[in-house]
Amino acid sequence: MKDQDSLSIAQPHPKGIDFIQKLGLVISAIGILILLVAWGGYTFQQNGLFLSLSLGTIFLGTVIYAARTYLTQPAGIHNNGIWQKSFTNRGMWGWLVGIVLTGFYVLLYWYPQYLGLAQNGEQNKGLVALFDPLSQFFKGQPASQWFMYGTIYTLLICSLGIKFMLKYRDNRYQAIRTLVVIVSQLFLAYLIPEILEGFSDSNHYFAKDIKNVWPLNYYFFQDWHLNNMLEHGGNLGMFYFVVGLFLFLVFTPIITYYVGKRWYCSWVCGCGGLAETAGDPYRHLSSKKISVWKLERWMIHGVMVLVFLMTFASLYGYFTNSVTFLGLEIYAYFQRPYGFLIGAAFSGVVGVGFYPLLGNRVWCRFGCPMAGYMGIIQRFKSRFRITTNGGQCISCGNCSTYCEMGIDVRAYAQKGQNIVRASCVGCGVCSAVCPRGVLKLENGPEEVRVKDNPILIGKEEIKMDVG
Amino acid sequence: MEHVVIIGNGVSGITAARHIRKLSNKKITVISAETEYFFSRTALMYVYMGHMKFEHTQPYENDFWKKNRIDLLKAYVQQIDTSNKQLRLDNGNFLAYDQLIIATGSQSNKFGWPGQDLKAVQGLYSYQDLESMEKYSATTQRAVIVGGGLIGVEMAEMFLSRGIAVTFLVREDRFWGGVLPKQEGELVARHIRQHGVDLRFNTELQEILSDKNGRVKAIVTKEGEEIGCQFVGLTAGVSPNIQFLKGGEIQINRGVLVNEFLATNIENIYAIGDCAEFCEHPTGRKNIEQVWYTGRMMGETVAQTVCGNKTAYQPGVWFNSAKFFDIEYQTYGWVHNELKENETDFYWEHEDGKKCLHLVYDKTTKQLLGMNTFGIRMRHEVCEKWIKEGRKMDEVMTYLKDANFDPEFYKQYEDEIVKQYNQENGTSVSVKKRDWKRIFSS
Ligand SMILES: Cc1cc2nc3c(=O)[nH]c(=O)nc-3n(C[C@H](O)[C@H](O)[C@H](O)COP(=O)(O)OP(=O)(O)OC[C@H]3O[C@@H](n4cnc5c(N)ncnc54)[C@H](O)[C@@H]3O)c2cc1C
Ligand code: SF4
Ligand code: SF4
Repeated sequence: MKDQDSLSIAQPHPKGIDFIQKLGLVISAIGILILLVAWGGYTFQQNGLFLSLSLGTIFLGTVIYAARTYLTQPAGIHNNGIWQKSFTNRGMWGWLVGIVLTGFYVLLYWYPQYLGLAQNGEQNKGLVALFDPLSQFFKGQPASQWFMYGTIYTLLICSLGIKFMLKYRDNRYQAIRTLVVIVSQLFLAYLIPEILEGFSDSNHYFAKDIKNVWPLNYYFFQDWHLNNMLEHGGNLGMFYFVVGLFLFLVFTPIITYYVGKRWYCSWVCGCGGLAETAGDPYRHLSSKKISVWKLERWMIHGVMVLVFLMTFASLYGYFTNSVTFLGLEIYAYFQRPYGFLIGAAFSGVVGVGFYPLLGNRVWCRFGCPMAGYMGIIQRFKSRFRITTNGGQCISCGNCSTYCEMGIDVRAYAQKGQNIVRASCVGCGVCSAVCPRGVLKLENGPEEVRVKDNPILIGKEEIKMDVG
Repeated sequence: MEHVVIIGNGVSGITAARHIRKLSNKKITVISAETEYFFSRTALMYVYMGHMKFEHTQPYENDFWKKNRIDLLKAYVQQIDTSNKQLRLDNGNFLAYDQLIIATGSQSNKFGWPGQDLKAVQGLYSYQDLESMEKYSATTQRAVIVGGGLIGVEMAEMFLSRGIAVTFLVREDRFWGGVLPKQEGELVARHIRQHGVDLRFNTELQEILSDKNGRVKAIVTKEGEEIGCQFVGLTAGVSPNIQFLKGGEIQINRGVLVNEFLATNIENIYAIGDCAEFCEHPTGRKNIEQVWYTGRMMGETVAQTVCGNKTAYQPGVWFNSAKFFDIEYQTYGWVHNELKENETDFYWEHEDGKKCLHLVYDKTTKQLLGMNTFGIRMRHEVCEKWIKEGRKMDEVMTYLKDANFDPEFYKQYEDEIVKQYNQENGTSVSVKKRDWKRIFSS
C-alpha cells in the first residue's frame, strides 16, 4: 500500500487553476509579450537580453504550468473539458489563435518586412532584429525571418514537448517518441544546420536539415539547390546530396516496411513534431467523415503528382540546361506555383495557422507528398498495423475522436478488424486513450496483418477498401 | 415484404438490425424513445467530462441508416398486441410487425429508499440521465454515490472532473465485492482514494432528505450519519427495462424469458441484450447478461434466426473490461470473488500497487480457468485460447509474454511474475520470448 501517494497529491481534482499554474502562465506571458512588442515594430536596444528573457520565460513558464497541472494528478490521460473550452473547441479563443497564427505565416512567407526583416541593406528591426544576437552567435550574420521562425519553432517543440510528456507520462511509447521528436528538432533541424551554416558559403544556401527529405523538401532537386550543393557546397554539399538521395530511395522504403511511416511522421519530422507537441490540444478537431476521407485521398495524391511533375521538370531543365519544359518556363509554371501554393500556402499558412480550426495534421493528412509516398508503402507493403484486441471494443469513440489523422478507428475496432491505413502516422494516441486496451501499434508478420476476428461472430468488410 | 420491428436502438437492437440487413432484404424498423440515433451508452461519461461531444458517441454517420434501409422511429412502445401482431405507440399510432425483437435494455435499480424520487437523485443509464446530471452539476458541491460497481466509479470520475467532491457509499466490505476478489477490490479502493474520493465501506443508505424545493439536501446512513449533498447517484446495479410488458402475453420474470434461440414464448417474438433472461443459460452463466459484448453477440445471433437460419446463442469464453479512473481492468474466463471448491489461484501485484495479475486454476488438473489483470493489457485471442483449451499453469507461465498486449516500450513484468510463481510453487518455469507463430496459431 502506498500511503504516501495520497499525501503527495494534495488535491487531485481542483476547480480552476492554482497559484503556481497562474505563475507559470504569467511567466510565459512575459516572454510572449516581448515577442509581440517586437512584432509590433519595436526594436529593443539590448536584443540579446530581451531575446534570452523571452525564450527563457516562455520555456520556463510552460514547463512550470505543465508540471503543476499534470503532476498534481495521478498519472493518466485526462482530456477533461477539451470539447468545452473555447480555446480547444473552435470557440472565440480558438479562432483568435487561428487568426493570429495565420497572419503570422502570411507575413513570414510574403511580407517579412513587417516582421522587421532588413530592406535594401538597412538593419533588421523589430521581431527579426530580436534574433540578431543569436544568429550572430551561430553564423556571424544578422537573422533572417527563417532563423527567427526556426528558433521559435524549436522552442515550441521543446517546451510543449515536455508538456506532452508530462500529460502522457504513464505511457512509455509517448514518452520515448516525444523525446525523439524533441531531440530530432533541436539537433538535426536546428542546432546542427545553424552551426554548419556558420562554416559554409552563405551566398549558396542549401538545406541542412538532414531529415527534411524530398519530396517534403520540394526544392531538393531544383537546379539552384543542386548547384549550391554540388558546385558550391564542397564535401558537405556532396554529403547532403548523397544522404538525401539515400534517405528517399533506400532508407525510407525499408524502414517504412518494418515499422510503418510513423518512424518519420510522428518521430522525427519537423512538421509532425510541431503537430504532436504544440498541436496536441487540437488533435481531436480533425474530421472523421467518410466524405473527408475521400477528399483526403484525392488531395494528398494530387499533391504527390504535382511534386513529381515539378521535380521532373526541374531535373529536365537541370540536365538539358534548359529553362523551359514542354514549352513552359520551368520556374514560372512549375517551381514558383508549387512553392507558393503548396510549400507556403498549404504547408505553412493552412497547415499550422488552421490548427485550432481543422486540427493539427491538416498538412500531413491532405498535403504532404512524403506522407503520401510512405502511405502507399505502409498500406501495401509493411509489417505495421494497429491490432484490435478481439472483442473488447465498446464503441465508445475515444480513439476516433483523438485520431489526428481523422481515421475512424472505432469503425475497425468494433468489428475486430486491424487498422491498416495509409494515413496513420502511428502517433499511438488512439491506443493511449482507449479505455479498454483494444488497440496496439505493432510490427508483425504480413500474413496476419489484415484479419477479421473470429470472436465477433459474422464478418463485415469496411466498404471503402483502399486506404 | 416481411417487416421486422426492433424495440430499442441500443447495441443489441442495432447489431440485430445491421445483420438482418446484411442477410436479407426485409423491411426493418428500429424504435426507440431515447434518442434518434444509436449511440454508445458506455461513452456517456466522456461526454460529461468533455472528452467527447455527444455526436462522437454515435458509431455511424447519420445517413448510414437510410443507405442501409433501416427505418428509425422515435417513439415509446406502450403495449405489444401479440394477437394482432402490432405495437401501440405513445403517439397514438399502431405499427404492425411480422417478427419482433425486444431489445429494451435496462434501467437503474431503486430499492425503495425514502426520498429516492427527489430532484437530483438519479442513476446513470440514459441520455436523459446525462442531461439531468449536467443540469444539477453547476449547483452541486458534493455528490453522494450509492453502490460500488462500474457505473458508480464512472460517476465519481465524472464529478471529480468538475471539481465536485464525492462521497461513495459501498454496502460490502470491499469494492465491487460481488465480482472482484479481495486483492483486486483493495487495489481499486486505493486508487479511488488516491483520486480524493471519500470512499466508505460497510455503509448503507437509509434515507434521502429533501430541501424545501424538493431537491436532495443530505442523505442519512444506516448508522445515522447525515451527509450533506446536492446530488445522489444511485448506482446499485441495473435491471431489465420491461414494465411495458407487465400483464401481457409475453412471459417475463425479471427479464423477458427466452430459450437458447433467444425466442420468447410467443412465436416470432425474440428478446436480446440486457432485457433478456434465459430460462436456462446455454453455457451455464447467469441468466441475465448486462454487458455490451453479450448484447452485441445476441444481436448477431438473433439476426441469423430471424433470417431463417435458426441459430442458438453460443458465446465463447467470458470476457469483460472496465476502467477505474486510470487503471484498466480486463478479465477472461472466470475469476470469482471467492475461490470455488476445486480452485486455487496465483496473485502477483506490482510494487506500485496499481498493476496486478490474478490467475485462477484447477487445484488438481492445474488447468487455467480465468484471469484478471489490472494495469496490464492482455491479448484476447491468446487468453481465450488458453482457457478454452484448458492450458496447464506451467505452460501459461512459460508463454506469458505471448499474452501481453501493452503498448510498445512498456515495461514488462513476466520475468518478475514467473519468478514469484516458481518460488510459490517450487517450479522452475522459464519464460519464453514472445513468438508470433504461437500467437496466431489458432
Ligand atoms: C454508464 C454505463 C457504462 C457502461 N459501461 C459498460 C462497459 O464498459 N462495458 C460493458 O460491457 N457494458 C457497459 N455498460 C452496459 C452496456 O451499456 C449495456 O449492457 C448495453 O448498452 C445494453 O444494450 P441493449 O441494446 O441491450 O440496451 P440499451 O442500450 O439500454 O438500449 C435499449 C433502448 O431501448 C429503449 N426502450 C426501452 N423501452 C422502450 C420502449 N418501450 N419503447 C421504445 N424504446 C424503448 C431505451 O430507451 C434504449 O434506448 C454500461 C452501461 C452504462 C449505463
Ligand atoms: S490511427 Fe491511431 S496511431 Fe494512427 S494516426 Fe490515428 S491516432 Fe495516431
Ligand atoms: S477507444 Fe477503444 S473501446 Fe473505444 S471505440 Fe476505440 S477501440 Fe473501441
